Order: sequence, then structure tokens, then C-alpha cells
Amino acid sequence: MVDAVPTRSPLTGPDGATSADQLHTADAVSAPSVSDRDLPNYLLRFVLLVIAVALCVILSFVVGRFSIGISDVILILLSSVFQFVISLNIPILCDIVQILLSPIVPATEAWDDAMYSVVFNIRLPRILAALLVGAALSTAGAAYQGMFQNPLVSPDILGASAGASFGAALAIYFYLGTGAITIFAFAGGLVAVGAAYAVSRLTRGNTTLSMVLAGILVGSLFTASTSYIKLIADTNDQLPAITYWLMGSLAGATMEDVYFAGVVILLGLVPLFLLRWRMNVLTLGEDEAKSMGINTDLLRLIVIICATFVTAVAVSISGIIGWVGLVIPHFCRMLLGYDYRRVIPAAIIMGGGFLLLVDDFARTIATTEVPLGILTAFVGAPIFAYLLMMGGRRL
Amino acid sequence: MSLEISHLSFAYSRRTRLVLDDVSFSVKKGDLLAVLGPNGVGKSTMFRCILGFLRNYKGSIRLNGKDIRTLDHKEIAKHIAYIPQSTYPVFNYTVLDVILMGTTNQLNLLSVPGQKQIDEAYAAMDNLGITHLRNAGYGEISGGERQLALIARALVQKARILIMDEPTANLDYGNQFRVMCRISGLAQEGYIIILSTHNPDHAFLYANRTLMIYGGKVIADGTPEDVLDAKLIRDVYGMDVHIEECQCGSRHHRLCIPIIGATEKYG
Repeated sequence: MVDAVPTRSPLTGPDGATSADQLHTADAVSAPSVSDRDLPNYLLRFVLLVIAVALCVILSFVVGRFSIGISDVILILLSSVFQFVISLNIPILCDIVQILLSPIVPATEAWDDAMYSVVFNIRLPRILAALLVGAALSTAGAAYQGMFQNPLVSPDILGASAGASFGAALAIYFYLGTGAITIFAFAGGLVAVGAAYAVSRLTRGNTTLSMVLAGILVGSLFTASTSYIKLIADTNDQLPAITYWLMGSLAGATMEDVYFAGVVILLGLVPLFLLRWRMNVLTLGEDEAKSMGINTDLLRLIVIICATFVTAVAVSISGIIGWVGLVIPHFCRMLLGYDYRRVIPAAIIMGGGFLLLVDDFARTIATTEVPLGILTAFVGAPIFAYLLMMGGRRL
Repeated sequence: MSLEISHLSFAYSRRTRLVLDDVSFSVKKGDLLAVLGPNGVGKSTMFRCILGFLRNYKGSIRLNGKDIRTLDHKEIAKHIAYIPQSTYPVFNYTVLDVILMGTTNQLNLLSVPGQKQIDEAYAAMDNLGITHLRNAGYGEISGGERQLALIARALVQKARILIMDEPTANLDYGNQFRVMCRISGLAQEGYIIILSTHNPDHAFLYANRTLMIYGGKVIADGTPEDVLDAKLIRDVYGMDVHIEECQCGSRHHRLCIPIIGATEKYG
């Protein structure tokens, strides 16, 4: 999708002499050489990415309607680390931390309880939720794009979002409460993808194509069911609640959500990270991957299960947030190349950072919260358009 | 190292015609087998059976005496490598990464290629003369270079049987020659090579055996000099040709020359 302009190889070999043995094409003299090109310093780029996201995290504690200075945030966070280590009661570790931190952390608390509460009870869960959801969606997107050999695929290709929406709408319709909305949405996402997978297994022919078609089929069924619930829902409270949920938001993220999502997302991301090399081979397609000794059926199933679990749990705590899963993998490829050994870790870091940044906008640009699903498109589309126009290689 | 195909028959479904009809042949070390035949006669289907992609055929394919159907992909990949037609890739990996993918079979499920695999990839690139392209994007190099990269990938897979689906398709005149020279060099090193081609001259120039498939059947099997004659080519391709023999330096050559003007009555 964002490939560079194809360049030609030169007529001459690396030593400068024309080699009869070497493949060549004509009109090479003016075109830039692809021979003996050095790769960019990917490690440096990755380190810079991690630093940028870390700064983003600290910034996110500071911004918001309740103003807290950056020094207060750092002190509050450090002092809680300090207290946590002391409470562990490991002698040497305690001494080290005491020596390191006592000059910085004042003996008496320089902040009030409100600050502490905002940092720990409101902003921390929200920041963690943004990092988790962003990481989950973009990694699942990268995995699906590779598996379907299609850079236009997003993590809801198999109907995960449509199923989750239906589950959430159902829970709102029956007034089941916020915890149940999360569980219903999660279950809905899994059921939808399971159904799509089952349908695709029952059809003959090209597995990739039948899987995409089954995903569209199941997705439209669930979307129609959601529409029906909206039709019969109470227009005073239920319909706005469903509509707002569908736009996506992290405003209601609690520490319970973070624990639940954290465990599932971690369980899903670890296999995807470990299988990152095999995912490279899977992008070559069914036959080529098999000819290199890969059990494609098993690998596909693992990728689908992991990507579906992380997508479904992300959607269940945040609502529908489009765009992240489609576009962040492309940002990662522009920055770090196409190799999944780098794309997967980069998607985890960059996806989290991007959603965190967008969420900071969501809670600051207007007096009321702006739904994330709207903002990701408003923020992401122009950046992506800009990068495409720059040729995608300048980063 | 042996590969024996006996009485291989295959149809995509019960109602359609047989794509392969009682195909039998075997290859031995150092063979470069050129499979000829018009479009759609079952060459690719036969390759897909040999590679274990298709398993619901009649007859048997034996690799070192073992039925291919009893082996999983990991086991088949140790002995047989597949070199597809070079197509433009979806994701623009570097040439080195593409070649490293051939080492996947040596790695366990969760590991990534290490220095040993990288060294092997460099050795294969040196062998094929494409080391200078290691960091170039696979989508940015020419079709011929891409074909050589795919051959290098097959070499690091360490399989001794290479199956190539029209390795010279979409290559210009010079690149066809250079790719085919590399391939015949590999046959001399002891690899077994089975390739499909649409050019009888390639069979004459490089192959030591040729197989003509027509209507799913093997209608000729032998050295190119013995079996490829004007009558066979007219029967299969519906065109008149003249087989010219010439002495070129120390080598004796045969070439297939279409007779212009005579073809219209078939067309």
C-alpha cells in the first residue's frame, strides 16, 4: 500500500565493473541504486519510539481539567513506588531505593488527597486502558493484515467489532450494568468470530477469501441485530447509551477493566510476539508457507484466536474505535520496515502511544468528552494522508 | 534421494474431467527435468501434488520410498523446495529477509533466525551473485533478481529437490538466459530440478530430460533430443516448427524455429 517507487538495479556490480553474470535492467544510470544499500538504524528508531511513548504517558497524567504540575505527578508516582518497595520489606532493595529516592521524594507529602486520587483513581486506569486497547488493536491489525496478505484489513475483519457491539447493545437493553456490558461485548466478539471461522471451514475453496466473506456475512448479521435493538430500545436512556458506546470512549475505564483487559491482552499478545517470524512466512501465502514447512492451518488458527481475543476485550472496555488497527501497522512499517520481527513490538508500543495521545485530546479539547472513535479518524486520517504524500519513506 | 510418481491421477471434483491422468515418471540425482505442455494441461497441478498441497489424488508419489501423503509439510520441506513464479510481494521485505524465510524449517516454532541462518543466507546469495541486493526491497528489484532470490531461499531450505513453476516467465531475454544458467549449474551440483517451461529451446539448451504433458497425460518422456521433434510440437501446440541443428563453438545445439506462414491453417 505504501511501497516506494520501484527502482532499478544498476548495470554495474558492487566493484564498479560491469558483470556479465549479474542480472541487470536497462535505464539504470539515473535511477537511485538499490545495491549495497544500508538499512536505517532500526534499533535507534525503536528506542526513540519507546522514549516518545514514555513521555506521552507522563504528559497524560498532567493534562486534564484538574490541573496537576508535572513535578507533582512524578513525585506522587515515585513515592508510591517508594512505599511499595518498602512494603515488600526486602532489606537490600529497601536500602537501595531509600538512598536513590530520598533526595527526591520529600519526607512529608507535598500534595493533597485530591491530587493523589486524580492520579491513581482516574488518570492511571484511563492511561493503562488506552495503552492496552491501542496495543491490542494495532497488533491484531498487523497480524490480520499479514495473515490475509492484505494491507487494507483491520482487526474487525472477522466480525469481532460487530459481535461486540451486539453484545453491548443487548446488555444495555436489559439494563445489566457496566460490568455486564464488558462481559457481553467480549462474548459477542468471540461468538461472531467463532461463527465466521466455522462458516469458512464449511465452505470449499480458497480459505483466505472464504474467511473474509464469512466475516462480512457474520458482521452484517450482527450489525443488523444491533440496529434492531436500537429500534426497540427506549429512546430516553437506552438508545443514547448504545449510540455513545458504539462511538468508543475510555471515560469509564476502571482499574477492574484494566485488570481484566490486561490479563487477556497479555495472554493474546505474547503468542503473537513469539510467532512474529512465522508470520513473515505466512504473508507469502498458503502454498509458499507450506512449502517451507509451516503448518499453516495451525498457525492461522493461533493467530485468529489471539487476535480475536485481544480485539474483543479491547472493544469490550472501550467501545468501537476504528482506524487504529488499520493504520498503526502501516506507521510501524514506514518507521521500521516490513519485517514482523520489528512490526509486532512496534505495533504494541506505537498503538498504545497513539491511542493515549488521542485520548488526551478526547478529554481536553472540549468541555464534554469527545468519543474516541470520532477522534481517531480526525487525528489519524490527516497524519496518514500526509505520510502517504511524503512517499512513506522519509520517516 | 529419489522421487517416484506412479499412476498419478487427479480431478478437482468428481464431476470435472481428470486434470492428471495416469502420470508416471521418476527423477534421480542431477536431473534437470523440463516439463512442457500447453497452458492448463496440469503441470502446476502435478507440482501441487508433489509438494503435498493436494492430497486427494489416485496413484502414489514416493519420496525416498515413502508415500508423500504420510509426511507432514515440515518433513516434505526438508527434501523438496518450491520456487514459485516471482510475483510482486504484498509486503516489501528486504531480499535478505525473503531468503531467511527459507531457514524457517530449521527453527523451532517460537524462534527467529540467528547468526547461523544469516551466514547460510549470505552463502546462498554469494552462490547466486545477489549479495549486493541484500538490503534492497524485494519489490524494488527486477523480475530476474527476484527469481534468483527465490532460488537462494530454496537453497537455504537445504532441500535437494527443487520444483520451479515457470522460472523464466516474465523475464527478459538476457535474464532468462542467466537464470537458466544458474539452474543448470545447480543440477550439476547434484540437485534434482523439475521445472515447467513454455520454451522448447530451454529444454534443448539446459535439460537432460523432458516430459511432455498433454491432456493430463505424459505423451513423451526422454532426453530432449530424443523426444522433441517437429511432429510432437505440432501435435501439442498446433504449429509447424523446424528443428535446426547447429554447431556453435564446441557445442552441438538444437533450436526450435517456427515456420511463419504455415501456422495459419491451424489457427
